[in-house]
Amino acid sequence: MTDETSAVVARGLRKTYGRTTALDGFDLTVPRGTVCGLLGPNGAGKTTALRVLATLLRFDAGHARVAGHDVTRHPERVRAAIGLTGQYAAVDETLSGRQNLVLFGRLRHLPARMVRQRSDELLDRFGLTDVAGRSAATYSGGMRRRLDLAASLITTPEVLFLDEPTTGLDPRSRNGLWDAVRTLVTGGTTVLLTTQYLEEADQLADRISVVDAGRVVAEGTPAELKTRFGADRIELVVRHAGQLTAAAGLVERITGGQVRVDREIRRLSAPVADRITALADLLRALQDASIAVEDVVLRRPTLDEAFLNITGHGASERTEVAA
Amino acid sequence: MSTTVEMVRVPSSGAEQAPASGALGRLRWAVVDGWVMTGRNMRHVIRSPEEIVLYFSLPIMFVLVFGYVFGSGMAVPGDGSYREFLLPGVFVMTMLYGLGATASQIAVDAGRGVVDRFRSLPMARSALLTGRAGADLLRALLELTVLVVCGLLVGWRWRNGMGDALAAVGLILLLRLAFTWLGILLGLLVPNPDTVSVIVFPFAFPLTALSNVFVAPELLPDWLGAIAAWNPLSATVAAARELFGNPGIGGESWAAQHALLLAVGWPVLLIAVLAPLAVRRYQRLSR
Repeated sequence: MTDETSAVVARGLRKTYGRTTALDGFDLTVPRGTVCGLLGPNGAGKTTALRVLATLLRFDAGHARVAGHDVTRHPERVRAAIGLTGQYAAVDETLSGRQNLVLFGRLRHLPARMVRQRSDELLDRFGLTDVAGRSAATYSGGMRRRLDLAASLITTPEVLFLDEPTTGLDPRSRNGLWDAVRTLVTGGTTVLLTTQYLEEADQLADRISVVDAGRVVAEGTPAELKTRFGADRIELVVRHAGQLTAAAGLVERITGGQVRVDREIRRLSAPVADRITALADLLRALQDASIAVEDVVLRRPTLDEAFLNITGHGASERTEVAA
Repeated sequence: MSTTVEMVRVPSSGAEQAPASGALGRLRWAVVDGWVMTGRNMRHVIRSPEEIVLYFSLPIMFVLVFGYVFGSGMAVPGDGSYREFLLPGVFVMTMLYGLGATASQIAVDAGRGVVDRFRSLPMARSALLTGRAGADLLRALLELTVLVVCGLLVGWRWRNGMGDALAAVGLILLLRLAFTWLGILLGLLVPNPDTVSVIVFPFAFPLTALSNVFVAPELLPDWLGAIAAWNPLSATVAAARELFGNPGIGGESWAAQHALLLAVGWPVLLIAVLAPLAVRRYQRLSR
């Protein structure tokens, strides 16, 4: 995949506000038709990167192409090809839902008849037909967010930017929004989303770029990141407390890792590199030593653990709420 | 949210919405988008009619209070009815107070997420501002209509024919356009809608007081009279009085004798200075 054919390409983006560096050599490549998740703590530069790519913000150095157009030289071409749904629902609250969609459709220079037809379709699709005539100020948070997404889809965007799309949504609305995004991607749209929710990145993204201090510090599929940055662990519970020490010795010999012992619940755990071989070897050794085992588990690391290992700190306090 | 419904794909590169190319194409979209935004802002007015009512109450109150309460004690140079002298002044003053609404609405827009959406659309960048100016002019026309009716009820008349009367209305709207750009600039500089509407009053009140709106400049002390004569408000008021054929025109100062020239010159100068400043300020939002 070359730079020319990728949906989003950013090279060495820099952006400073006074003495604060928001972007510090930000690189990103998103292949067409994929979902890329920008994952990082508050203030990592995710939103700044998104605003730069959506032509809302100028940057100090580097270059960026979106949908094949240079962001600095042809912002109007980029704008014709993108949709943007922000952290705060970017709709006109005084106008009704339908008036919002018609307004944004006309500003995209669609013929009036098509705008009306398209607005009705989107209202129906996002379950807003019943409230279409009501001022958006009276909408619930979920309804507003749906209207916001609908407004980004009046023309099918080549690239859709979603800035923390589900922050503050209840689980049902969140699942609905995820489904809508997946449907879009099936149609060929490229999605770049920022999120603090590891689950969201895990669910939606083909690839994840971990952002910290204004740059991408790790990149890969969710599975790759977990494997690379979080080790699998083997956990076992022995039946008799008296055999705990002997079992710990075996686990240490076979995994070569540091063994954690929890005497209360007679549980041992250790990181493993070669999962299946280690498991087989361990079970055989335990049987030979006549150590009775109540439970054995191989546990994949969570994205949260991987994230912690990459950045040295958690995604955010809110992660725990979401996960 | 139903996701089983098949999405009809509307390609984002339809012929109608290809980015404008060439100066003429850009100008065309600037006008079209400005008009669409004007429509949007007018819908805001329709959705909050109570604001309009509030809006008219001030000038109508001025007509009644000054026309009937203080009017009996007010002198008009030459001869004539004070209410007939007063009305063109109230027309113009209403235009000035409209500046507060312009500023606070621009501040509301700039402070909301919706401005991000406008800026991420392939629309003319100028449309947010020109749409504001367009809607405010339409609104001003509405206000003038109400005030004219109100004026006719209290005995004000235009006496030089329809042509001159329309010319006077044109000059009043031209001044309103200049105030609109001042309001836009203020709204962008002070992005808090509540603050900006408060700032406008201490600016607008002395500007009205030091003009010929309520009192002929000749009746003021010399130095105040000079300020009042050169006040942009006074130029438009004097020109409107002249064109409507209302009393209180003329005076010894150069400004008073060239009211028509100044009534065109002042607003054009203000627009030439303020509009580019406002546009530049708007573009700085992307920093």
